[in-house]
Amino acid sequence: MNNVFVYCEIEGTTVAEVSQELLTKGRKLASELGVELHAVVAGDGIKGKVEDQILPYGVDKLFVFDGKGLFPYTSAPHTDILVNLFKEEKPQICLMGATVIGRDLGPRVSSSLTSGLTADCTQLEIGDYDDVKTGKHYENLLYQIRPAFGGNIVATIVNPDHRPQMATVRSGVMQKALYEGQARGEVVTPDVDKYVDAASYVVKVLDRQVEQAKHNLKGASIVVAGGYGVGSKEGFDMLFQLAKELHGEVGASRAAVDAGWVDHDRQVGQTGVTVHPKVYIACGISGQIQHIAGMQDAGIIISINNDPDAPINKIADYVIVGTVEETVSKLIKYYKQNSK
Amino acid sequence: MGLNIVVLAKQVPDTRNVGKDAMKADGTINRAALPAIFNPEDLNALEQALRLKEQHPGSTVGMLTMGPPRAGEIIRQGLYRGADTGWLLTDRLFAGADTLATSYALATAIKKIGKVDVVIGGRQAIDGDTAQVGPQVAQKLGLNQVTYAEEILKIENGVATIRRHIDGGVETVEAPLPVVITVNGSAAPCRPCNARLVMKYKYATCPMERTGDEPWKALYDERPYLTLNQWSVADVDGDPEQCGLSGSPTKVKTVQNIVFQAKESKTLTSSDEDIDGMIKELLDEKIIG
Repeated sequence: MNNVFVYCEIEGTTVAEVSQELLTKGRKLASELGVELHAVVAGDGIKGKVEDQILPYGVDKLFVFDGKGLFPYTSAPHTDILVNLFKEEKPQICLMGATVIGRDLGPRVSSSLTSGLTADCTQLEIGDYDDVKTGKHYENLLYQIRPAFGGNIVATIVNPDHRPQMATVRSGVMQKALYEGQARGEVVTPDVDKYVDAASYVVKVLDRQVEQAKHNLKGASIVVAGGYGVGSKEGFDMLFQLAKELHGEVGASRAAVDAGWVDHDRQVGQTGVTVHPKVYIACGISGQIQHIAGMQDAGIIISINNDPDAPINKIADYVIVGTVEETVSKLIKYYKQNSK
Repeated sequence: MGLNIVVLAKQVPDTRNVGKDAMKADGTINRAALPAIFNPEDLNALEQALRLKEQHPGSTVGMLTMGPPRAGEIIRQGLYRGADTGWLLTDRLFAGADTLATSYALATAIKKIGKVDVVIGGRQAIDGDTAQVGPQVAQKLGLNQVTYAEEILKIENGVATIRRHIDGGVETVEAPLPVVITVNGSAAPCRPCNARLVMKYKYATCPMERTGDEPWKALYDERPYLTLNQWSVADVDGDPEQCGLSGSPTKVKTVQNIVFQAKESKTLTSSDEDIDGMIKELLDEKIIG
């Protein structure tokens, strides 16, 4: 009762990295609250194959649901599992990845349990809350912190009266780390049929194509990112060239992605990828909070912008006031010259 | 056989083009400074609905939206592109709703509309980016859901075949009707307005949008299709406790304008000396290799 739960997402028998990041965060929250960290995973033929990918993150109890029809993921069976398990276990917090699966499953579960859900959180903390209307004081709530309104503000959301307090978090926002303390590490394998209604398996996956990611933006040590100021699809060619020289990856702001200049999977920011590179070169990016949320932990930030007052310049280590085209071509030139 | 299709659409502030005056000094949003637009992914959803209507003669497409009276514009935009009807949920009791209370209101309205085969909306709205309303409406109606759809390939014998986006790829799923579908921005863009339909519906309004002294007000008696459906909480037999602020489990504790910790930065120009110097510095400090 009252524990912290993490829903672990899988591909075949591989646990998603975002789930391990959330287990790490969940462990910290559970320890702070003095409760246990529990994890739940559902798939087909996963028993004996996923435990080692989950328990080392400090899990006290793992629920493994193994049965036909639980992989590939469809909404209803996984909803049944969480809803019925949560009715028994009454967790206070439930975390899941802000992935396609998490964003399909989370709202369905929250609606079934009439509990609040906050999407795409960038920070999770424990704190108190005073409801000014009712005068009620709440202790140890989950602060679900996220940029809102297109990333122009940051809101702290709480769910005072409903449990579990549910939140989704994007991949890369939290850092994963194996747990060094002692956790119970109990594994249970409940009977799937007791949790999933036979009528829930109605949606059939006919065909499924999953490719390995074409690039490693999330793990890149140097990111060359372009925004609306790059001006065109062709303008991005030069960014790719610079990234290649520096052995880095190309990222983009939402504006550049929306303009169709670069693939959606290269978007850096709250609704894209969160990066932690050594060097982040922002080319023609004004720096909406939405974007900054995804790159502010970079070691060195270089901003190239026409506008000396671009918001991103405030967090930059180097501000180059100039056009993207001229500056990037010179970066390539002088890097080639000096690195030999 | 015709399908009854309901399109969920939202009028949103255009958060993609936020100017410097979008935030007031006290940290609240200056809504007046932001243009209200048709949520982009809801347009992708409308296109899928209109294609279904063309493929299945006898189908009807209705626009369902919730918002202040001016959100009647969403219904008109749908009618201009080929929708048949629409409903505006507007009531002060709906105000302050989080995604769960919004879903309750929409689901209650859909029950009132009656037999529906397909409920379709955008994956998410750009003012919240939560992607929660679609699945929550599905749950409240006890229907199947298919999110992140890119194309409805066919509907045959009461089963929809849908191609959808998943992390790192695509999959094709089969879901029996009735079904709730949310459409991804990578789906086909919406068709433009049809000039003939714009002429037909340009004066179509909800009663609350009217001032009473429109020069064309006589038309409202002659042409009933110019009066759009406007529903309150009572009209859909809703429970006020589950609507708006009181029906919302999530509460906003604080809202902050972000102030970044300003770093000590070096300001350079794009001159050769400056760029050369910076590259040398980064190489010397082994920040780049």
